[in-house]
Amino acid sequence: MTINQSGWKPEMTSGDQQGPTETFTGARALMRDEALIFEIGSTDTTGVDFGEVEAPASDRLGGLARNRDIGLPGLSEPETVRHYTRLSRQNYAIDTGIFPLGSCTMKHNPRLNERVARMPGFADIHPLQPVDTVQGALEVIHQLSNWLVTLTGMHSVAMSPKAGAHGELCGILAIRAALEARGDTREVILVPESAHGTNPATAAFAGYKVEGIPANGAGRVDLEALKQRLGPDVAAVMITNPNTCGLFEPDMKAISDAVHAAGGFVYCDGANFNAIVGRVRPGDLGVDAMHINLHKTFSTPHGGGGPGSGPVVFSQALTPYAPLPFVEKTADGFQLVEEETAEEHHARSFGRMVAFHGQMGMFTRALSYMLSHGADGLKQVAEDAVLNANYVLRSLSDVLQAPFGDSGPCMHEALFSDKGLAEGFSTLDIAKALIDEGYHPMTMYFPLVVHGAMLIEPTETESKAGLDQFIGAVRSVVERAKAGDETLKGAPWYAPRRRLDETQAARKPVLVWEDPNLVQAAE
Amino acid sequence: MPRYFTEDHEWIDVDGDTATVGITEYAQSQLGDIVFVETPETGKQFSKGDEAAVVESVKAASDVYSPVSGTVTEANGELEDNPALVNDDPEGEGWFFKLNLADTGEFEGLMDEAKYKAFVDKL
Repeated sequence: MTINQSGWKPEMTSGDQQGPTETFTGARALMRDEALIFEIGSTDTTGVDFGEVEAPASDRLGGLARNRDIGLPGLSEPETVRHYTRLSRQNYAIDTGIFPLGSCTMKHNPRLNERVARMPGFADIHPLQPVDTVQGALEVIHQLSNWLVTLTGMHSVAMSPKAGAHGELCGILAIRAALEARGDTREVILVPESAHGTNPATAAFAGYKVEGIPANGAGRVDLEALKQRLGPDVAAVMITNPNTCGLFEPDMKAISDAVHAAGGFVYCDGANFNAIVGRVRPGDLGVDAMHINLHKTFSTPHGGGGPGSGPVVFSQALTPYAPLPFVEKTADGFQLVEEETAEEHHARSFGRMVAFHGQMGMFTRALSYMLSHGADGLKQVAEDAVLNANYVLRSLSDVLQAPFGDSGPCMHEALFSDKGLAEGFSTLDIAKALIDEGYHPMTMYFPLVVHGAMLIEPTETESKAGLDQFIGAVRSVVERAKAGDETLKGAPWYAPRRRLDETQAARKPVLVWEDPNLVQAAE
Repeated sequence: MPRYFTEDHEWIDVDGDTATVGITEYAQSQLGDIVFVETPETGKQFSKGDEAAVVESVKAASDVYSPVSGTVTEANGELEDNPALVNDDPEGEGWFFKLNLADTGEFEGLMDEAKYKAFVDKL
């Protein structure tokens, strides 16, 4: 017989013994406590070798040559790749779990979109290429424009704005151009309390004076207060619909009619269009301009800073003032209307928002999403998003207070307050404990009109089983907060870092890394 | 020296034609840890209700309104280095600015301490 020379003899350990609480390296199994890149690399080394220069080469930097070391660490390629890959394993993303951030619409980014966006005819082109070599890409922009105009019931669309707030600015600049064209110097923009925070910022940035309109008890715009304030000085009203309380504004048409009768324009923040796409056309509600976040409603990836894409749809009244460029279909194929050709077509355009044509990579993904869903599928997207949000709202309203729960169904997001938590416990404690439970927290402390707000947007992506698990985790944490479980205040316990001192970070921010050895030497 | 309160949670101490303005204990408790305070420049003129200062906590930035009309004679420079003073002693050391009153008859509509307490209790 042959003896097992390797010694390999799998068996389960016998039992109940406790392991060590700390490891030698500080790692937890294959998850390391990652050091800063400055602490991994050394400023004395370099990750790249250049050969000696043989022929005398002249310095072309002039007075701009670096005159001292800047202290960047030198790392080899594998060291660098491993550092960032290890960091990325600590990331939480829509690809790892539900991302219930209210107001952000973190829905799944279908892989089909990615495949389409990587096709060389879309991915490897340059914005300055002759238009006859990029007809397919222009057709995508044109077709996407048609979908957006059709879905919104509007007259035209500017594709170039790069994100939601950029789209808001685009819409307000078009409104200003239209007012100036008729010699009107209105200087006030009204923004209801239930609007997105970017709305007043946009209005102020565009040079307008911002005035608030209160919300009524049901979390909607107070129509009578709005009507009273309207007058010859009001340029526009900016309304988020559905609003940031997750509620539809049923008076939208009446609001638009009143604003128009007073000579103003209606800007709609369309960031929450995902709740009504395929069901409601903003053009039918009297909207003059609205941005659409392709990165929300139409599933293009976002988070981590972008890229977003915020096309703006316009009513007939504002269309002449829309920015350049845009794509036009002619007998000779697709053409770009730019400054050189705008004189004939579009002489009253307020100008240009960006250097080129917008976020091409987002256009291909958004169109892919639309075509794969079809018109009926997009309608179901809205219905499922609303259904999921209402499921969350009703499943948790026995443990959490839903301030507008009596106003009827919510739209795409469920809003709760911190009322009923034990004394000394806050929304923040719940958010931190959810991290321990394996979930990215919901949006907290927004909207401002609700104390300790918790805003949950499940999107249509999540299954009932996935929602039930999430709801169970929230319920468990909330019950602990109501029972005064002090361990909540230390959460998160199991994250790579414990609770961070946000106050100290704001009061005494450390923005520059300094070599501790040098600091010590200097002292 | 009478002290008045506003519905926006400012307090104002009046001494002749000089007034000292700050935010209330209730305001600081709602704001949480304060990380930055922007006080007005000396010489600046305010009408009643003008935005006079900005106070930032970890989660929110809030405007502080001038409860009455007047000209700024002094701002609390301590707050620049030590904004936590507003948390520690909002109705004393953590005052924001002093005003030379434009109109000593503007205190109509402001609350006294008892009325303010009743107002806060209802919130």
